[in-house]
Order: sequence, then C-alpha cells, then structure tokens
Amino acid sequence: MGLIDFIKRIEPDKEKQPFLHTLYDGFYTFLFVPDHTTKGGVHIKDGMDLKRLMIYVVLALQFCYLFGTWNVGHQHFVALGIYDDSYFSGFHLKIAYGLIKIIPLFVVTYIVGLGIEFWTASKKGHGIEEGFLVTGALIPLIMPPDLPIWILVLSVIFAVIIGKEAFGGTGMNIWNVALLSRVFVFFAYPTTISGDEVWVSGIEGMSAGAAVQYGWWETGFFNSIFEALGWATFDPSATVVDGYTGATPLTLAYQGGWERVTEVYTAGQMWWGAIPGSVGETSKPMILLGALLLLGTGVASWRIMVGMLVGAAISAIGLNLWGASPFMDVPWYYQFYMGSFFFAMAFMATDPVTASSTNRGKWIYGFLIGFLGMIIRVMNPAYPEGWMLAILLMNTFAALIDHYVYQANIKKRLARV
Amino acid sequence: MAESTIQEKQAQETKPREPLFGKKQRKLITDPLNDNNPITVQVLGICSALAVTTLVFPSFIMAIAVIFVLAFSNLFTSLLRKRIPSQVRMIVQLVIIATLVTVVELTLKAYNFDVYKKLSVFIGLIITNCIVMGRLEAFAMANKPWQSFLDGLGNAFGYGAILIIVAIFREVFGKGTLLAGTPLEMMIIGPSSDYWIDTTTSAMFGWYMNNNLFVFPPAAMFIIGVLIWVQRAWNKKLIDVS
Repeated sequence: MGLIDFIKRIEPDKEKQPFLHTLYDGFYTFLFVPDHTTKGGVHIKDGMDLKRLMIYVVLALQFCYLFGTWNVGHQHFVALGIYDDSYFSGFHLKIAYGLIKIIPLFVVTYIVGLGIEFWTASKKGHGIEEGFLVTGALIPLIMPPDLPIWILVLSVIFAVIIGKEAFGGTGMNIWNVALLSRVFVFFAYPTTISGDEVWVSGIEGMSAGAAVQYGWWETGFFNSIFEALGWATFDPSATVVDGYTGATPLTLAYQGGWERVTEVYTAGQMWWGAIPGSVGETSKPMILLGALLLLGTGVASWRIMVGMLVGAAISAIGLNLWGASPFMDVPWYYQFYMGSFFFAMAFMATDPVTASSTNRGKWIYGFLIGFLGMIIRVMNPAYPEGWMLAILLMNTFAALIDHYVYQANIKKRLARV
Repeated sequence: MAESTIQEKQAQETKPREPLFGKKQRKLITDPLNDNNPITVQVLGICSALAVTTLVFPSFIMAIAVIFVLAFSNLFTSLLRKRIPSQVRMIVQLVIIATLVTVVELTLKAYNFDVYKKLSVFIGLIITNCIVMGRLEAFAMANKPWQSFLDGLGNAFGYGAILIIVAIFREVFGKGTLLAGTPLEMMIIGPSSDYWIDTTTSAMFGWYMNNNLFVFPPAAMFIIGVLIWVQRAWNKKLIDVS
C-alpha cells in the first residue's frame, strides 16, 4: 500500500466537515498532481496548474532567504563591532541569529495568511487557492527584521482580506498582495519601517553604547549548543560601536550624494548585499539568480523586467542632467546599487495577476514603474524608496493599459478589412 | 360662500388629511437609514465622508450642518416647486442651498471657530454634496413640503450616522481618544497615565501603538467599504441579483 492510498483513505467527508475537507484537498493537490480535469469548455490546456507555477517563484526566492538569513546576523554583528572583519567570521552566530529573526516572520505570515485563505475557501465551498504560497514567501522578505509580530499579523490580515478576498480571491486582486501588506505597515506604523534604526535588528536605539537585546533563544538555546561544540557564543554584554548609525545607502545618498554613501559602504558591499535593509532585498546577485530561474521557466515576463530597467535608467539619467540636489547627482548606474530596485523588478512588478497582460502593455507598464519609481525615490524625502508606491500605482492602471492596447489593435485590424 | 365651503368639504372628504407621522412619513425617515442609505447604498457624499471623519466631534458638527441644510433646502424647494421654471431649476436649487450653507458657515465661524477651521472647505462644499442636490431633484421637486422636509431629515440622518460610525473607528484607532475637542473628551488608549489604558504600564496593551493609517482619508474608504460589506451581508434586500 502506497502513500497515496493512505491519503485517499483518510479523506474527510465533504458535507459533514467542509473545513477539514477543504484543508485535505489543499494539501492533497499540493503533494500530488490532481487526477480530476475541468469539465465543460476550457480554452487553455496545459499540464501546469497554479500550484506548480507558484512553487517556481517560491524556489526562486530561496536564494534571497539564504542570503537574508546571513545578512540579518551580519548586520547585527557589524553594529556591535564584532565579527565585522570578514563575511565568514562568526558564520554560525550570524546564521543562528538570522534564523531567530526570520523564522518567526515566516511562520507567522504563513499561519495567518493561510488560515484566512483556508477559512474563506471552506466558506465559499471551493478548493484552496494557491496565491498565498508566493505572497507568504514574499512578505517576510520585504519587512525589516525587527518588525513586531503583531504588526506583521495586522498587515497580513489587511492585505489578504481587503486586498484579495474582498475582490474575489486569487487571481482577482487588483494590487499586489505582498506590497499591500508592506504599504499598510508603511502608513500605519511608519516608525517601525522607516528611518535609520529599524534595519538592524536586536538593538534598542542606534546610538553608541546602546545595549544588545538577547532572548532565550540566543543566550539559552544556541549558546549552550555552541559551548558544547566549543565555538564562539553570543555575548549579551556587547554594545553598539562608536559612530555606527545603521543608515541605509538611500538615506546617506539623500544627505550627501554618492560621496557620502561611499564613506560608509563600498560599491561591492552594496552589490553583494552586505548592507542594512529589509530581509531579502539587499543582495543583487541572489535576486538576479532568482530572476533567471523565473525567466527560464517562463513564469515572469522579461518584457516587464527590461521595461522597468530602461524606465529607471532613463529617469535616472534625466535626473543626473537636472542635478538640483546631491541625490540627483548620484551617477545613474550607481542608483541600481542602492535600494530594492532588483527585488521589485524580479518579484513584485512581474506578478502575472496584477501586471498588464498584453505584450505591448507589459512594456508600457514596466517602463512607467521604472520611470516613476526612480522619481519618487530621488525627489521625495518622505518616501525613501519608490518601487512599492510606483508598482501599486501602476497596478491600478494595468488593466487600463491593456484596454487601450486591445482597442489600438482592433482599430488597426479594422482598417485592414 | 356656501359653494366654496361645500367644495372644501368635498375636497376634505375625497382627500383625507395625511397624518403628520403616519406610516408613510415614518418610512421617509427610516428608509434612508438602512435600505436606501445615501452613503453605503447610493454611494453619494463620499468626498466629505472621507475628509472630515478623523475626529468624532467635527463629524458630528458636519452631520448637523448637513441635516439643517438638507432638511430646509428640501422644504423651501418643495414650497417653491410649482413656481420654479424647469429650465432654471438647478440654479434656483443652488441658490437655496448656498444661502443655507452660508448661514451654517457664518454661525460656525462665530460660535466654534476651532471646528470651523477643522472642517474648513468641507462646510462650503456641502453646496456640491450630491446628496443635497440629488434629494432636491428626486424628491422635493415632486412632493409636498412636509414630506420633503422629512425626506431631507431622513437622508441627512443616514449620512450623519455613517459619518459618526466611521469617525468613531478612526478616532479610537488613529488617535486613541474619543470626542476630542469637547468637554466629554475621553482618552482611551495611549502612552501616558491620562489614558484609560496606559500603554506604558499596561501589561496587556504594552504593545499597542496608534495606527497612523486611520488618520489618513484612505482608512475612511476602507471602513466605508467594510460597512457596505457588512450591511449587504446582513440586509438581504440589498443583494444584487445581477
């Protein structure tokens, strides 16, 4: 008797236990390719179902997770002035610290989001929709590592209920659900997601001499393991070193242009991602690896990515020519080293539900995101990074762009008749 | 003389006087509160509902202003309805509304300048509030004065009720107070001992922070959206068959 027989045997009754059946159905189709097919007229026939499609994005995000786990720990120790001589010193401490910070974000996001998803699915009487697999993997990556868990819970509830279920569930949402959760935190609790102090975790206040905050996991759990192994342990008496601010490159660029940025970070550091920032958006090579995977499997649209790149470059060159502030004078190619441009390009703008769906529409959509996002980043001190707002704005217009592309095509073909 | 009294008597017999608060009249007031609410069902007057509802007290004043303007403009338009030429009826209605709004505006300026500053342009914008114009066109131009007056009251109550519900949510979650700016001011939750729940010492609510989103107008849109959702789930008459 195989595993599948056992799973088929424990199927709950659909009438008596609708919630359990929905849950069962969701996990069953997650593990095995479902054996039932669509009845009636279908227009597209493909072996890919939504779950297989979504899982590619989750896989592509794993690079960011791996790097983010290390980087959260690395930034923490850089602030304390320990193990900052090389990327690999104190490696086990950095990974352990990163895990302590990221696992709660990840688990809570999935429990809350999937909980809502399962409940609405059983309420509406259809199968569990897979949309949250990707959304749930994206949300922890775009939040600061120290975000209070209750704020995360509220933001996920807001994004899933108001952003998705109110519009009819997966595939019906107008705005990117992951970005909605971030925009909620951004406007509702701005002190937890902007400024200099939130991007490095585990330290209260970023002034020199501020004490580190360790809980049971660091001093109890991991320290006992590391002591047994004879490795270095977490030091609860460590304090922040002199002169450390925790400022991100974008804040520095706003203060004094590229010169000010390079006083603190090297271009190489920014490219590889060893800088303070949201959990998963700092490392450009890791994001590009994920983007390549998405392009190779055909999940993401290269037109949107290229359009966004071109739009941002043109916008940045234009701002260079204008040059009215130190930030505008940052050479346009260095704009891509800072902030979360690549993450937004690879994983946020290409969301097939909220992006334009026509080829020409994708070019326009991507180009405008790049163009507007760069302007928001450089010209508006209140919004230190522009991609979130630019993408949400263009999500609103994605369907309109498609509409005009269709109309133009109809007109062109009518003229030929 | 005798003839006319007979005619009057006949008129009274054929057309009995309508009671002041009969079933029909009551319906004029209760209908807009739920089944035909100007905000949640007709989706009119949204602009001011999003803008002024940060605090309960200014929304309350706004609701009273709209009640006054809507009830009396309905009444006056209805009184004049047979004399207004239909080509210029919009202008005449606007003159009536604008007069009443000016009365409200000057009164508020004289007696409560703080609230006047908070409501700022939105008192003046009652003139363009779709609810007012809509009721004049749809009801007062075709109905008797007393009914029109009641209809104005009912619609303005419906508008005001939603305004105050939204404002309660926004003030409590956005600022942690209730009825700020009045002698009744209640400090509900916040980071000092003036509040009922002091988040600096409370063990249970130590994590609480005011939600800034509720201070921005988009929050009012979300709340109104959720209100519409709840109302439609609860009131079966409103379910769209299409």
